Amino acid sequence: MALSGIQIYKLLPQTNCKDCGFPTCLAFAMKLAAKQVELSACPHVKDEAKAQLAEASEPPVRLITLTANGHEVKAGNEVVLFRHEKTFYNKPGFFLRVRDDQTADDIKAAVSAADSYMVNYVGRELMIDGFAVEAVKGDPAAFSAAIEAVRQVSHRPLILISRDPNVMAAGLRNVDGEHPLMYGADASNWQAMGDLAKQHGAALTVIAESLDGLADLATKLKEYGVPDLVLDPAARKLGTSLALNTQIRRLALRKNFRPLGYPVIAFPCDAEEAYEESMLAAHAIAKYAGFVVLDRFAPETAYPLLVLRENIYTDPQKPIQVQPGIYEINNPTPDSPVLVTTNFSITYFSVANEVESSGLPAWLLVADAEGMSVLTAWAAGKFDAERIAKSVKAFNVADKVNKKRIVIPGHVAVLSGEMEEELPDWEIRVGPREAVDLPAFMKQSL
Amino acid sequence: MPVEIPKDSWEGTVRTVTLGATSAEGGTRSRTITVGGQKTLPFMNFEQTAPNRPVVAVEIKERRPTDWSPLLLDVWGDAANDPAAWAKQAEAVGADLLVLALTLTDADGAPTTPQAAVAATKAVLGASALPLIVFGPGQAEADNELLLAVAEATKGERLALGICEDKNYRTIVAAALANDHCVTARTPMDVNLAKQLNILIHDMGLPLDRILMDPTTGALGYGIEYGYSVMERLRLAALQGDAMTQLPMLVTPGFEAWKTKESKVGQDVPEAWGDWAERAINWETLTAVALVESGADIVVLRHPESVRRIHKAIDELTISPEMA
Ligand code: B12
Ligand code: SF4
Repeated sequence: MALSGIQIYKLLPQTNCKDCGFPTCLAFAMKLAAKQVELSACPHVKDEAKAQLAEASEPPVRLITLTANGHEVKAGNEVVLFRHEKTFYNKPGFFLRVRDDQTADDIKAAVSAADSYMVNYVGRELMIDGFAVEAVKGDPAAFSAAIEAVRQVSHRPLILISRDPNVMAAGLRNVDGEHPLMYGADASNWQAMGDLAKQHGAALTVIAESLDGLADLATKLKEYGVPDLVLDPAARKLGTSLALNTQIRRLALRKNFRPLGYPVIAFPCDAEEAYEESMLAAHAIAKYAGFVVLDRFAPETAYPLLVLRENIYTDPQKPIQVQPGIYEINNPTPDSPVLVTTNFSITYFSVANEVESSGLPAWLLVADAEGMSVLTAWAAGKFDAERIAKSVKAFNVADKVNKKRIVIPGHVAVLSGEMEEELPDWEIRVGPREAVDLPAFMKQSL
Repeated sequence: MPVEIPKDSWEGTVRTVTLGATSAEGGTRSRTITVGGQKTLPFMNFEQTAPNRPVVAVEIKERRPTDWSPLLLDVWGDAANDPAAWAKQAEAVGADLLVLALTLTDADGAPTTPQAAVAATKAVLGASALPLIVFGPGQAEADNELLLAVAEATKGERLALGICEDKNYRTIVAAALANDHCVTARTPMDVNLAKQLNILIHDMGLPLDRILMDPTTGALGYGIEYGYSVMERLRLAALQGDAMTQLPMLVTPGFEAWKTKESKVGQDVPEAWGDWAERAINWETLTAVALVESGADIVVLRHPESVRRIHKAIDELTISPEMA
């Protein structure tokens, strides 16, 4: 069970030396109890106290890190059931599944398409995290060959899928020095799989059809010396998966129930149809999966899923923002037009991308609107004529252009009157409402 | 190791709202739709199964829209030229109910008249026996004028009229009150604003079981996270016993998703966006799936394929899991 702040305090040196960055040991103890700091921040804890405290300072959902060749995928360390309570931290990793009964060429083609996939969303480069290789032939050599084929075209972390310890052992030999995820241990093979996990320092998935079974196996494996576990509650439909993932997260967070305090893996790939797979993956993102295994890689599905993952894992307290300032797009000259927008990332990039792809040069003035969209900021009084005028002055926009003319977003056309008062020597133009229409507007009217 | 399943029990219950009236109830609908009634967070069937499942509404217009994605116009084809044909088609692809969203102007650019709005509404009611929601064009004066006429001409059908907002709700609520209709109440993604508007509407005498709340949503990539979280918070508040949040929720992922560049534009977009049609449908369905899981009772969609997919998702979510 978790220790209270006072219980933790009793185990600390009680010298109030402040080395941890907190004024008192008690203050540090309270933070530790709330799982907001790491025990390692106090350099003075005695070893025996450490052992007792380790438990309390451990996150309720264990952090599992898969690594390979400088790539890393993390899952776990979550502290809330609902993102508004704080935030979700570690985005679930997306893994594309290939099988050892595919030809090496087929594997390489599938893997390299997904491996090289990258899509830009609000200035972030989003991509797939790794690959899952499944042994369907039951042949160690075939499994090993499939992994080798993957490794010829991708360096990302792997999930190795086989319940046969012999086959798994062969696969693990291909990925020496990496931390893959093994899938997995069930009631019949857990010891042999546990041995392999220990030997290779790999994380191990625990598979059971019930929470009782999962908790049982996870406990045995932990006692056996395998600390890094991942849970597969074996639900493959939306409803059952939602129920089980919720129960696991609740037990871990509310009851600090250690046997289920691990990330969950989801297999949307087992869906019969592509559209079901995409919906299951969306559900897995929102509802508590740490690893998501997909079969059908297609940009038109990967892109929305990656975006959904960004959205759900955005910190609700901090909108994603860009730095206010004057941005140069397509090498503007003093004759190029000035456009104004807000510093909410989504807003900035929807405008910047349109202008950029049109090939037309422009000065994009990004006003400080506290990270809000055009209308939100306008409604909140953070994007008004006064603020825009302030930005025009702060960033010396007048010195950059010959013609003092500024285009405001169509959604805030109402601002044009006040803008004329705030910037008397400027011509105020109302642009289109949506950024998509900007290139045409710039060609025709500027 | 026997694990005790952590079950929540809540004080509050979401109210039920019934849309549409059959002939026995003074209307002409073949069936009614009831939403709400949950005593748990969405689909926590191991605690208690919900009496009503979320439903899918399909949005149609009284005339062919000029600003919709070509993908939508293609898939609806000629049906989009005529509200009656469109309504039939929407019913055929599996709509549980319809949303008729009126346009501000007619094809010639003149303001849509109350007569035209009434004619379109009647045409829809005549062509399909599904319950109906009617949205005004979204401008206070036009909304009031058109919805009042529609409300009077359809007395007893138990439509839902929308969209009530804090700046414009009185006329719409009065029209609903006088003609036995319901309303939808929209606020910009804020629990307190939602409560406030529900109170204002209720204070005019409209019973709470005739109000649907629309907490506003954003599409994937364009603010869905705010919509998602405000719905979770509203539903939590409702279950905790906060009466003014205990209303079923309607959201418009179709409108939001089909406004995005990802759905609207097929050319000169990054290659990494992939196939246009499937991307656009994913944009709508993945937005809708996330919202259904966060508590939506009515999702308003635009594409027939999305309707099929979301039905499938709701089917799976409402199945009671066989668990110990
Ligand atoms: C997400 C959201 C929020 C989020 C904030 C997100 C953020 N960081 O900004 C939250 C929930 C916090 C929020 C809060 C509020 N919101 Co709000 N919100 C939205 C929502 C759903 C989406 C906004 C969005 O992100 N759009 C996407 C971005 C990319 O759009 P955009 O910035 O407008 O940019 C586009 C165009 O303007 C154009 N463009 C941009 N720059 C430029 C520049 C030029 C030159 C040109 C030509 C074009 C152009 O290109 C972009 C793409 O086309 C909208 C409703 C909706 N569905 O649109 C309401 C909305 C904007 N919010 C609204 C309101 C009223 C509020 C609040 C005041 C309510 C409250 N709770 O008190 C608060 C204000 C904030 C505060 N007090 O702190 C209203 C505004 C009403 C109005 N017309 O005045 C809206 C329209 C909802 C509504 N229908 O009532 N909101
Ligand atoms: S560093 Fe350790 S001993 Fe020093 S104040 Fe912090 S908790 Fe106390």
